[in-house]
Amino acid sequence: MKPSKSYSYGQLSVPGIVLVYFLLFLFSIVFLFPLCWMFLTSVKELGAIYLVPPQWIPKVFQWENYMKIFRDYPLGTYLSNSVEYTIISTFGIVLSSSLVAFGFARIRARGKDPLFALVLATMMLPYQVTMIPQYLLFRKLGWVDSYLPLVIPAFTGSAFIIFLLRQFYIGLSKDLDEAVSIDGGGYFTIFFRIIIPLSLPAMATAGIMEFMYRWNDLLGPLIYLNTTNKFPLALGLANFTSSYGATQWNILMTAAVVSVIPPLLLFFTAQKYFIQGIVVHASKD
Amino acid sequence: MTEKRTRKSIFSGEKMFWFFIMPWIIGFILLTGGPIFASMVLSFTKYDVLTAPNFIGFDNYVHLFNDRLFYKSLSTTLYYTVLAVPFVNILALLLALLLNQKVRGIGVFRVIFYAPSVVSGVAICFLWAWLLNSDFGIVNYVLSLVHIKGPAWFSSSSTVIPSLVLTTLTGIGGTMVIYLASMQSLSAEIFEAAAIDGANPFRRFFAITIPLLSPVILFNGIMTMIAAIQIFVPSFVITKGGPDWGSYFYVYYLFDNAFSQFRMGYASAQAWILFVITFAMTLLALKVSKRYVHY
Repeated sequence: MKPSKSYSYGQLSVPGIVLVYFLLFLFSIVFLFPLCWMFLTSVKELGAIYLVPPQWIPKVFQWENYMKIFRDYPLGTYLSNSVEYTIISTFGIVLSSSLVAFGFARIRARGKDPLFALVLATMMLPYQVTMIPQYLLFRKLGWVDSYLPLVIPAFTGSAFIIFLLRQFYIGLSKDLDEAVSIDGGGYFTIFFRIIIPLSLPAMATAGIMEFMYRWNDLLGPLIYLNTTNKFPLALGLANFTSSYGATQWNILMTAAVVSVIPPLLLFFTAQKYFIQGIVVHASKD
Repeated sequence: MTEKRTRKSIFSGEKMFWFFIMPWIIGFILLTGGPIFASMVLSFTKYDVLTAPNFIGFDNYVHLFNDRLFYKSLSTTLYYTVLAVPFVNILALLLALLLNQKVRGIGVFRVIFYAPSVVSGVAICFLWAWLLNSDFGIVNYVLSLVHIKGPAWFSSSSTVIPSLVLTTLTGIGGTMVIYLASMQSLSAEIFEAAAIDGANPFRRFFAITIPLLSPVILFNGIMTMIAAIQIFVPSFVITKGGPDWGSYFYVYYLFDNAFSQFRMGYASAQAWILFVITFAMTLLALKVSKRYVHY
């Protein structure tokens, strides 16, 4: 995020600055503490997590909890399922959405505007309305208990990402398009040689947003997957308490830490693209 | 939609247009348009997946309007919505205001405030269940230090909904960033002029910032409202709808009907009612806001 260059409430006085920093630090604790506590709990012994007063910093750092979840629980399987599912579906969404967005942004055709309004309208439809017929369709096709119902639809694009990329493509100059066409190139040349290279940042934003969505999604996998060793992390984690008896909070937090590391890493490395995506999301009306 | 029409494209490739948007067309027919139609038809049938659907007219709707759990889940959901929408929006707006102050190191704080929002989902639900554990949770321990007896949070039907509202705290980043970005796009001059005229910071906030941000507040309000009406994951993960059906939300009941009971027709009718409720509340929000929103 860029530093604000617009307005503030005038020059802050010294007590004003002190107050601002006080609030900033206070809320930093509020926002950072939960994640820290997740980590601290994850490296405690089971006995240590029930102590009152609690051990803020564990006396013994029990790193072997991290060995244990991969050894005693199928966390490794969940993790690789999640990685595979997230990467393939994100790729599918970005690829198909960018083709569709290109059509809407760059090619003149009758009926384009009402059709685009329809794309936007589908964003308003609750998933619950289409979820049951979709399930029945995929059941007919024999796709239940596989990733096909989750991955194949990704290749038909996502309304929001089509919108996001279209806004970006419209902003690109058309001069190059004309140069390509004078040289005898067609829309494919324009798309692959000009649009794609110029819009890599926008595609990164789209990809990151979709990655986060897929990584965290529970409802889709919950509906379609039944076999434990096919579960992605979100679903495997949701079943942790029910399948392994009384809650071992330290082990549960260990699994939680493993599942939040990839999104956090992605966030810290690609922060800029992240914020862009959210802001575009808001500007769609 | 702000397409420039100043220069005509030299291509007119109607066929190419349809070719490029083909993925969306296929998806729309098979996964959106078709299912909308199918869902409507299904809502007038009794269908358990194993035997053929049976047309029963308006029976599903009639049953729903006599179903106590339908009303219970609906009122639970509305209660959650009424608490969550103001909680998220007021807090996000105030945090954005804080993050919009020009002080050193503000960029770092922006990252910190946003970071927990990227890890939404199941892991965060469990984290909250642990933080707010009534016996061993750290929050109740801290409360006990100041001699407050911590509530039972998720373990009591009277506190479970406010507790679920509290869990939105770690997912507030998206809403907050939208407010922040729109504050940054406001022109500085009007604030300077107001300051010269002697308006204090509070007056400037309520008389300038809020009215100028009102379209964004409306947008975020509607978005958080739609999300709240469709809440499912936190109660599925943390409370399983309990205690005493206290967090059995509308979509939870719909999900159970569809995928545990295989009452596909009944669940489709529920989905349509959900759609109508969402749509009606959005229209209402737009209508009410006409008087307050400044464009």
